[in-house]
Amino acid sequence: MTTTAPHPRPTKTPDAEHPARGPRLPVRILPLTPAIVLLLLFLAGPIAYCVYIAFTDLQLTGQAQESFVGFDNFTRAFGDEAFLNAVWLTLVFTVLSSLIGQNTLGLALAALMQRASKPVRTLTGGIVVTAWVLPEVVAGFLLYAFFRREGTLNAILDWLHLPSQNWLFTLPILAVSFANVWRGTAFSMLVYSAALNEIPKEITEAAEVDGAGGWRRMWHITLPMIRRSIGTNLMLNTLQTLSVFGLIWVMTRGGPGGRSQTLPLFMYEQAFQNSLIGYGTAVALLLLLVGSLFSLIYLRLLRTEV
Amino acid sequence: MASRRTTRRLAADAGLLVVAAAFVLPLAWVILSALDPHANLRVKTPDGLTLDNFDAILTPEITFTPLLNSLILCGGATLLTVVCAALAAYPLSRFRSRFNRPFLLTILFATSLPITAIMVPVYALFVQVDLIDTMQGTIFFFAASQLPFAIWLMKNFMDGVPKELEEAAWTDGASAFQSLLRIVLPLMGPGVSVVTVFSFVMMWGNFFVPFMLLLTPDQMPASVSINDFFGNRGMVAYGQLAAFSIVYSTPVILLYVLIARRLGGGFALGGAVKG
Repeated sequence: MTTTAPHPRPTKTPDAEHPARGPRLPVRILPLTPAIVLLLLFLAGPIAYCVYIAFTDLQLTGQAQESFVGFDNFTRAFGDEAFLNAVWLTLVFTVLSSLIGQNTLGLALAALMQRASKPVRTLTGGIVVTAWVLPEVVAGFLLYAFFRREGTLNAILDWLHLPSQNWLFTLPILAVSFANVWRGTAFSMLVYSAALNEIPKEITEAAEVDGAGGWRRMWHITLPMIRRSIGTNLMLNTLQTLSVFGLIWVMTRGGPGGRSQTLPLFMYEQAFQNSLIGYGTAVALLLLLVGSLFSLIYLRLLRTEV
Repeated sequence: MASRRTTRRLAADAGLLVVAAAFVLPLAWVILSALDPHANLRVKTPDGLTLDNFDAILTPEITFTPLLNSLILCGGATLLTVVCAALAAYPLSRFRSRFNRPFLLTILFATSLPITAIMVPVYALFVQVDLIDTMQGTIFFFAASQLPFAIWLMKNFMDGVPKELEEAAWTDGASAFQSLLRIVLPLMGPGVSVVTVFSFVMMWGNFFVPFMLLLTPDQMPASVSINDFFGNRGMVAYGQLAAFSIVYSTPVILLYVLIARRLGGGFALGGAVKG
């Protein structure tokens, strides 16, 4: 790592004047420089470049010089049926797997864990968290095997005498959504478990004495008390789900016929299979804008904590 | 009352076990298939137990080189991330400045940007500056993409170290750098290990970044090379794929267990993410 800019050691600063108040200005700025340089060059740089090439017709091969085309890539996108299809599928994927699936299941698991016996809690927690810790591609293979025509899901359906089908062909978007639920629920579960543990026992017990049933307690007491965690969790889940690529790539490659092609896969296909880097980047920029919007909402939710 | 509580506990147990059973099926497949001489795509009792699948994949070409590549990529990038994050967190945590708040807000904003979205421009940029298909380019990008979250976590952990200890060191003539290295970092050992392990685990499992930025097969980390089981080798040997998945996943599972232990229960990351 010698190339990370020779880091000037801040030891030289004489702080004899105010020894107790700590060092002066250079020491406050210098330690930040390696991080700032890295972030500017490799994160802010690409984002700026992204904004630039989204307005050009840059292609992968055989082009002397790209030229500025204004909003062509964007108007093209909104007239492109494949793009609109990808937007729709991204929406379905996000709502199904993140808002409904991960979030609700995570909350349910966390709530049940409050009451369950310790061995069951540990076992379930361990299994769900393992699914989360596994590398994305491995998770993709496991669920590919699960949903394939000759896979485990159909074996179970056969055994129950229910009709089986080729899930990855008939309902690919549903299959990848379930895969994302399998992989991502642990995060919600952890966030909600932490939140539920912070609710004082007296409050729930008082409600119980007053005769509030399980559902009413959940709705009127528990949910309002953890609403900040719900907001944070929804935001982070959504942002994570918007950028899922590997899982879908391994399971379906976005197919068949684009029926599980969410925006990241569409962007990749345009840029590399169709060699239209400019167009692919325009789509990427839209995705980035949606992501930034969610990010800003998330910041507002956390506002008091910074 | 007691019996009602017991019923409720049994109901909760039953609910959790149903979910656990559904979640465990794909995991059962990978373990059983890895040991099965005739593995296919469904969960079944193996036709006899064998380690042949592991034998077949534990070769330099299939397993050791990709894992070594993963280690170089993720290890290098993690080192870079942790060093930069520790240095950056220090002034942010220790000194008041009007520059801190906007910087932290930007960092927090960057933690939640979808990195997937900028991979196409990063590819185009790397082609321009000749960093495409190089390990160092990929390491730099990995580090930069993980850095916002690492700085954020590191700063929060550093805030927990009392300032008084350092002030004593300053009066004794220690520089800021010395007090960071000798006093603050050792006191926040668990925090540093969480940042390190978390960064490493995120990178180890990342598929899209090396998939886009590396081209030469010899340089591919395990997250990309695992796809070769489908592509080039004709008939898919599911048993070997399962065995490889286990070998590739074990390090991150062990690392996760390590930090979960260290911080008492698996809930530390959830708590840390909440800020």
